[in-house]
Amino acid sequence: MGEKVLMRGNEVIAEAAIRAGCQCYFAYPITPQAELLEHMAENMPRLGRTFVQAESELAAISMVYGAASVGVRTMTSSSSPGISLKQEGISYLAGSSLPAVIVNVVRGGPGLGDIAPSQCDYFQATKGGGHGDYHMIVLGPSTVPEAGTLTMLAFDLADKYRTPVMILADGMLGQMMEPVDLPDPVDITTLPKKEWATTGAKGRDPNIILSFDLDPEVLKQMNLELQRRYRKIERDEVRYEEAQTEDAQIVIAAYGTTARIAKTVLRMARDEGIKLGLFRPITLWPFPYEALKKLSQRVQTVLTVEMSAGQMWEDVRLAVAERADTPFYGEMGGVVPTPRGILNEVKKYAH
Amino acid sequence: MERSVVIAGFGGQGVILAGKILAQAAMDSGLAVTWLPSYGPEMRGGTANCTVVMAQESVGSPIVDEPTALIAMNLPSLDKFERTVASGGAIIVNSSLIDRDIEREDLAVTKLPLNDLGASVGNMRAINMIALGGYLKATGAVTLEVVKDAMAHMLEKGGKSKFIQLNVKALDAGYNAAQFRP
Amino acid sequence: MPTDLDNMVKVFSRPKSLTDVRSTYCPGCQHGILTRIIGQTIDELEIAERTVIIAPVGCSVFAYLWYRCDAVQVAHGRASAVATGIKRADPKLIVLSYQGDGDFASIGTAESIHAANRGENITVIFVNNQVYGMTGGEMAPTSLVGQKTTTTPGGRDAALFGYPIRFSEMIAQLDAPVYVTRQALYDTKRIIDTTKAIKKAFTNQVEGKGYSLVEVLSTCPTNWHMKPVEASKHIADVVTKVYPLGDLVDRG
Repeated sequence: MGEKVLMRGNEVIAEAAIRAGCQCYFAYPITPQAELLEHMAENMPRLGRTFVQAESELAAISMVYGAASVGVRTMTSSSSPGISLKQEGISYLAGSSLPAVIVNVVRGGPGLGDIAPSQCDYFQATKGGGHGDYHMIVLGPSTVPEAGTLTMLAFDLADKYRTPVMILADGMLGQMMEPVDLPDPVDITTLPKKEWATTGAKGRDPNIILSFDLDPEVLKQMNLELQRRYRKIERDEVRYEEAQTEDAQIVIAAYGTTARIAKTVLRMARDEGIKLGLFRPITLWPFPYEALKKLSQRVQTVLTVEMSAGQMWEDVRLAVAERADTPFYGEMGGVVPTPRGILNEVKKYAH
Repeated sequence: MERSVVIAGFGGQGVILAGKILAQAAMDSGLAVTWLPSYGPEMRGGTANCTVVMAQESVGSPIVDEPTALIAMNLPSLDKFERTVASGGAIIVNSSLIDRDIEREDLAVTKLPLNDLGASVGNMRAINMIALGGYLKATGAVTLEVVKDAMAHMLEKGGKSKFIQLNVKALDAGYNAAQFRP
Repeated sequence: MPTDLDNMVKVFSRPKSLTDVRSTYCPGCQHGILTRIIGQTIDELEIAERTVIIAPVGCSVFAYLWYRCDAVQVAHGRASAVATGIKRADPKLIVLSYQGDGDFASIGTAESIHAANRGENITVIFVNNQVYGMTGGEMAPTSLVGQKTTTTPGGRDAALFGYPIRFSEMIAQLDAPVYVTRQALYDTKRIIDTTKAIKKAFTNQVEGKGYSLVEVLSTCPTNWHMKPVEASKHIADVVTKVYPLGDLVDRG
């Protein structure tokens, strides 16, 4: 740990990736995450590592697939329309059990949308945006420092479970600056060796990376292996935060930037005597169903707040079932809910 | 107590940098701080703004419904943000470009002829620092000295050390021209 | 005179870098010849222990089975991008991107051109058989005008589907590639020429010279509805008129 520096979210994600030992980074420019590329372009070559500005997001994720095959820590980043293009590669990474980190600095959609902050890619990230029965771990940082710590964690989880991991940020988190205390760099020589990597078949049988088998019985077994891993991730890797839920009657369920905004709403509501709490999923997949289920048994209302039409809301309702009311408040198209806007919504359910 | 300021003006008036320097100074003063810019094509030739939120412990929302201060470098910025400022808050207006009165009566108004002051310090590009100096005097958010250090640090890092003296002068000019209006 | 078996010298055998797995290619398909040439080259250059084979989508999707080398199976068209990732991650590895015409010259157009334009130090073998073999004989970007395929049952109409794409000529316009050549396998001389070209393409990579592309005109008797000999003759007589053989770039 060093002293605090003032940095943009995009730069913090890039710098955290470098400190996590990311050896190869491939990406295509898109707003609002261009600073991430720029930070990598400046620093990766200086460290003797690989930066390639790819010809497309398809190419970038495919380069990640190649570098991941060799066993190095690797990352790509983009924003919503670019992440749609990366879905092919993400499905292949999942199918081939390759570790990689993908950053989505989400902007308004669908289509070209705009460049303002949004959370409208939750479904795509958490439900498997590409083809096939797969999941990836999805981490939703709420502050700039947390974007750094979760990026470091993303590389560890990717290696541990041989899976793609996504950082689901948004334009606001990418663009804003905040003091961060950057974590110490990882000594990559201490990381577990990847015996499966295609590093050259010297003194061993060839290693083959593939997501493919024409025999349905074999492919079924490959799928079952993935599913076993997903169950283990669901058991061991759920992360969430609860704030002021001890006596809460109403709980806001929100992640990322929205959760951060909601923290101001907690203070405002408490000033007005409303017993408001916050439930913030940090892993969006695996979603903290059990924790929210438990919480919902002792509150009246779980108000989901998102910068979307209600995507995480579906998971909230799955968790809460009929145990509490589950209203929704969302903004779309890049409009960011303000503390007062959320408070007004909370007041509808405060008795 | 949480302080927040919206700094708004034309692209090219240096509002983004002024906000960054204030944020750096807040951090150097041991405060929690967020700096949130408007970004993208909006900035190319149009209006630009940023929001700085400072707090003792931690900052919740980086966007604020009611900033405790506004620095309006031009008329469109005043028109857009005047009604949002928290009651009892501060407004610093660029009276060189804004000839209308402030409609709100519950705000502490500091009028600074930024363009004229810019000419007097010898560089129109320093008006953002004049405005920031005025804001510091009017609100006492952080000290002038720590802002000077933060500014010097940032310009050095950006390879623009030769502008440090000019910007020190500009911060002083704004600070001296404004009144403390708590 | 009776033959003395003990004194015989083995002058031809299966390359050591090829496995015993039986080919999945159709009878008469020239992918098999090419596979052997690659195996032989890997043996000669003694690079099997540091070679990574990229198996694309298409008839050569099983390429990971043929070689005693590490291999990566990749998405359709992305082979050159994956090759970039592998090579950049570990420049000591020798990377072969083995791609068909649909892969290299249609769905992977961007990846193919830009890997070449960056001068990635890789070897690309581009197998041009003018048809989509794996999926059932549909039109390829390389199909000849008038060629009957399952998606051009009346023959490829240039007005509707364009002309056969001379992709290697496009690559040859770029500044970075060190070696771009088009070869064939329809007779012994061409097989020897192709063998030399592939050895050169690998040698360039071993020596760190940069991007090498060997386009190989190949037969698809199954989807062309021709006998193997007839298919070879078709390459010699017809296909080479559209796709002339020879080196396009040699800066090695």
